Amino acid sequence: MIQTLAFYLFALLVIASGVFTITARNPVHSVLWLIMAFFNAAGLMVLVGAEFIAMLLVIVYVGAVAVLFLFVVMMLNIDFAEMRAGFIKNFPLGIAIALVLLAELVLGIGAYKAGALELGVADGSAAPMIGESNITSLGTLLYSKYIFLFEAAGIILLVAMIGAIVLTLEKSAADVRGQQDIGKQNRRRPEDATEMQNPEVGKGVEL
Amino acid sequence: MDFLLSFQLSAPEIILAVAGLVLLMVAAFAGNKSAQTVTYLAIASLVAAGAVVVELFTNDALSQGADAWSGLYRMDAFGNFTKLLIYLATIGCLIVTPKFFDAKGEYRPEYPVLMIFGAVGMGIMVSAVDLMTLYIGLELSSLSSYVLASYSRSDERSAEAGLKYFVLGALASGILLYGMSLVYGFTGSTSYLGIRAALADGMGTGALFGVVFVLAGLAFKIAAVPFHMWTPDVYEGAPTPVTAFFATAPKVAAIAITMRIALDPFGAQSDAWQQIIIFAALASIVVGALGAIGQENIKRLLAYSSINNVGFILVGLAAATEAGAAAMLVYLAIYVAMSLGSFVAVLMLRDKDGNQVENISDIAGLSRSHGLLALCLAIMMLSLAGIPPLFGFWGKFVVFQAAVQADMIILAALGIAASVIGAFYYLKIVKIMYFDDPADVVEAKGETSRWVVLLVTTIFVSPLGYLLTPWLGDLAARAASAMFFVI
Repeated sequence: MIQTLAFYLFALLVIASGVFTITARNPVHSVLWLIMAFFNAAGLMVLVGAEFIAMLLVIVYVGAVAVLFLFVVMMLNIDFAEMRAGFIKNFPLGIAIALVLLAELVLGIGAYKAGALELGVADGSAAPMIGESNITSLGTLLYSKYIFLFEAAGIILLVAMIGAIVLTLEKSAADVRGQQDIGKQNRRRPEDATEMQNPEVGKGVEL
Repeated sequence: MDFLLSFQLSAPEIILAVAGLVLLMVAAFAGNKSAQTVTYLAIASLVAAGAVVVELFTNDALSQGADAWSGLYRMDAFGNFTKLLIYLATIGCLIVTPKFFDAKGEYRPEYPVLMIFGAVGMGIMVSAVDLMTLYIGLELSSLSSYVLASYSRSDERSAEAGLKYFVLGALASGILLYGMSLVYGFTGSTSYLGIRAALADGMGTGALFGVVFVLAGLAFKIAAVPFHMWTPDVYEGAPTPVTAFFATAPKVAAIAITMRIALDPFGAQSDAWQQIIIFAALASIVVGALGAIGQENIKRLLAYSSINNVGFILVGLAAATEAGAAAMLVYLAIYVAMSLGSFVAVLMLRDKDGNQVENISDIAGLSRSHGLLALCLAIMMLSLAGIPPLFGFWGKFVVFQAAVQADMIILAALGIAASVIGAFYYLKIVKIMYFDDPADVVEAKGETSRWVVLLVTTIFVSPLGYLLTPWLGDLAARAASAMFFVI
């Protein structure tokens, strides 16, 4: 009983936060709602017994991704007037896509009810066997059955890293490839790098 | 799971992945001056991987194919055939690249490394027999492509192309994933075998939506109408060698997975997707042909030509027969040669300052100043148009033959009629090169490596290519039968 109650509470909050994420006018509020949605999704994961994934959601999504979003959003200079103009221009297209997705949802729910699938009950069915933790079973799967995909996903991350460096590393820095020259660092004396100045009162330092 | 066997079956990918990592180390420690060496080593590792593919292809003990990595990956004739095409196209693109970037001092060893990882991703894609493997391979190859598209950082158009490709590609991946999640939800399996079994006796509305979304996502990746809008911009903006790569290797991989996913997991429900494919095929042929007519830029024109060609290839898929699949593979092989050859020819068009010539009006009268180059380009154009003595005609012929055999006479008739529109702009280029007053802009200094690639592809699409038809047809038939083996 309490599980069912908790399920509907979390589920409702996820959906409500999702709605607020896309309707909030201020992008910062949107990200905060998104964090709220992640927290409640983590709650749902705990209910089905996947506590490791719940922790991952909180640590990775709330901790890293959402905070990163927040920084990006705060650094962007968003012109609301322009955004609204674009909104009005693309309104008919947006409505058309929304209608398609709505039809999809209605049909999906209809098919869901008609088919053999049943809405799940939060009964902890994803919990692992006694004496085995979630992490152990996940790790066993990742490193046995899905090892090929796990390694391939690693290469994807490597390519993303190469791409980010190739596209952003400046040319002058690219020539030395960011390698440290220890001898050069040791040869450097304080007098080469610093300069004592005694500016007059009321005047600044000329750089 | 037998690890040793799995390693053996997926050896091409493993060799390439290890080679990519080693070359990345070489690049990191030896710096930019190693770019040329890394390129040669990359070509060598692709040749090695190709040799392993040939060995797996010709191994009689494995002629029926075999599953690896607990049913996530399958080595079979289909995967081997498409992998050979992908590796050949990648090698061709790598050979012609260095000189292009050298002129601007922008060539860096990361370029071949990214190409190698892209080839790994494409190999994983075409061998995937599980939606998860498919998606991971697709992302690996797409991510490398996004970076390559914006590789010329000093060029604004290149940055624009990369950004456009990235945003729209991410959207397409999202649509594809959504479709996959629906398919998984309604069939209860991500493996092709499981999906096929679940769809064997009827398909509900939910699964149908999944199929539609998966096909929409894939249509984006192969640039079929109505998901083609990004193609001209990306093809025009990306550096020309990268465009040559986009038009060949990733195209082969994306068409191959579309074929496999339509014919293998969704094969039992071909009625459901046939009409989508028929529409996409006809629309691509028509839009590709009409869109190309007004183009001034030869790269944009070739982009529309690739949309047009995808339409012809999809005609073979619309037939949903083994003959249709084999015809598609034959067409793909010829298309790769035509497309690579045209882009290499475009790459060789430079003005006297060493800048690339991309305007069609600038190549007027090319036949008088650069006879051989103009001849090669003309052969490519006529072959793309499907003029009979050239090999491009054979590709169109087998595809339409398959459609007629599958009782799709109307589709074939419409396709042939629309191909006449396409012939117009191909012939226009030939006319400009041979009959217009010389513009004297082009000052082509051909490098030996580029001439080799151009002449090999030209000879392949010339009437001499017909000598290969029995061999190519046999390989394609074997590859196609691998997908129908499960029935």
